[in-house]
Amino acid sequence: MNSSPQKFEDLSATGYVDGGSLTVEQAIANLESADLGLRFYAAWWLGRFRISEPAAVTGLIKALKDEADRTPEGGYPLRRNAARALGKLGDRQAVSPLIACLDCSDFYVREAAAQSLEMLGDAVCIPPLSKLLAAGLHGEQLVSQQPDLSQPYEAILEALGTLRATEVIPLVKPFLEHPIELVQYAAARAMYQLTQQPAYGERLVKALAGERLQLRRAVLADLGAIGYLPAADAIAQTLAENSLKLISLKGLLEHQVNHTTPSTLSEGAMKVINLMDSLL
Amino acid sequence: MNNSDLAQILIRAVQEADSSERLVDAVQELAAAGIEESVPTLIAALGYNNPGAAVAAVDGLITIGEAAVSPLLELIDDYNYGARAWALRALAGIGDIRALDTLLEAAKTDFSLSVRRAATRGLGTLRWHQVPPEKVESVQTEVLEALLLISQDPEWVVRYAAVTSLETLAIAIAVTLPDQASQITNQLQQMLDTDTDLGVRTRVKFAQEKIQQQQHQEVFAPKRKLQETEVEVPHRGGGRR
Repeated sequence: MNSSPQKFEDLSATGYVDGGSLTVEQAIANLESADLGLRFYAAWWLGRFRISEPAAVTGLIKALKDEADRTPEGGYPLRRNAARALGKLGDRQAVSPLIACLDCSDFYVREAAAQSLEMLGDAVCIPPLSKLLAAGLHGEQLVSQQPDLSQPYEAILEALGTLRATEVIPLVKPFLEHPIELVQYAAARAMYQLTQQPAYGERLVKALAGERLQLRRAVLADLGAIGYLPAADAIAQTLAENSLKLISLKGLLEHQVNHTTPSTLSEGAMKVINLMDSLL
Repeated sequence: MNNSDLAQILIRAVQEADSSERLVDAVQELAAAGIEESVPTLIAALGYNNPGAAVAAVDGLITIGEAAVSPLLELIDDYNYGARAWALRALAGIGDIRALDTLLEAAKTDFSLSVRRAATRGLGTLRWHQVPPEKVESVQTEVLEALLLISQDPEWVVRYAAVTSLETLAIAIAVTLPDQASQITNQLQQMLDTDTDLGVRTRVKFAQEKIQQQQHQEVFAPKRKLQETEVEVPHRGGGRR
């Protein structure tokens, strides 16, 4: 691991921007610049600073069909950045164009589209996401050739969980056995969101004791996303950066607050606060 | 075997650890021994980019306490912000007032949010009894001003840390500096009304409850003091006879 997430967090946090600052007008105009590097950067910048003006959204949607910027392997760097940015801008106009991206030949465009569709939260994307997930299945079993890396299963599973797509539980469940641990965790996270059964939360808690730091970091994010309160102590104790534990616990705290009466703090919320204080 | 021999053995185990897990174990053992000689080794362990080892080293340094403060202040690694954040966590845990200037500067100006967070927390855990009585008021006012500024940090986790420190400071100065204490309650209310982050707003609510509990207790405190004085006076008088 050459760069810790903490490093990214710290750099982005202070608004550190390599290559100078842009104005909104410049960034939108740069999406069509002759310089492909400027286009790529502008798409990232519009997402990073949450520029949700109609012209930015329109420009980014247009960039989802870009043909100019290609990697030697045939990837579409500008489309990837545009898809990522559109998730952050919260404009539902982007939903259909992002669904179209799920058919893109570039894996990373499909992955970015699934992540952004999750953020936009429109249930209309559930059938196309399920279709993509089913590419990894024969009936209700994983396809025989494993590990199957042909689709961004992690992002698809997370999106289906967040979208509360209970109708696809039979498609999600087989991925608990996927040979790649990150995919298993994404499946456990989605199964918890879809069924609220503690067994799936506990599976993630167990993973916090795993050997690899990178996996523990991913599980911290998963537990924060589902707000699984019984994980609080395990989160505080796992061997990982405090920054990530704090973000995870904040997910638990916010889940508590959103699901209890607003006037008083629940016992669970106070427990999480005390753990968070001890990690500052 | 004396402490020094033990320290040498445990320090060697840290230096010779050849896997991440062994390193964590070795640092944990060294930290648990709580021997002053181990301070430089524990400080070095803050910079290994191994969170398990760093957590153990911070615990060890906090246990050693005051004796670790000068070396921590001297050895804080300016080039490794990961290590700097852990060192500030150790200083915050010890609460020694000698760290005040380092904490103030880091909390206000460090580019790393982990460092600002740890330092901000440290401003709320200072041991006020170490400050000469004639200076307490001015130092507390200085810390208050810093915390009011930090509570507007762009990062939620730094504002969260500021709330924890505003809470402890409000309780510490409730009687001695009531005007400053009410500045804190005003700031907390403003954060509750306007902060964009739900986690921060929730922490503010918790702080407000803690401060209110404290105020509730203060109502009864003067009475108790008076009673104590009444009991003490005849006793002292009796001694003079």
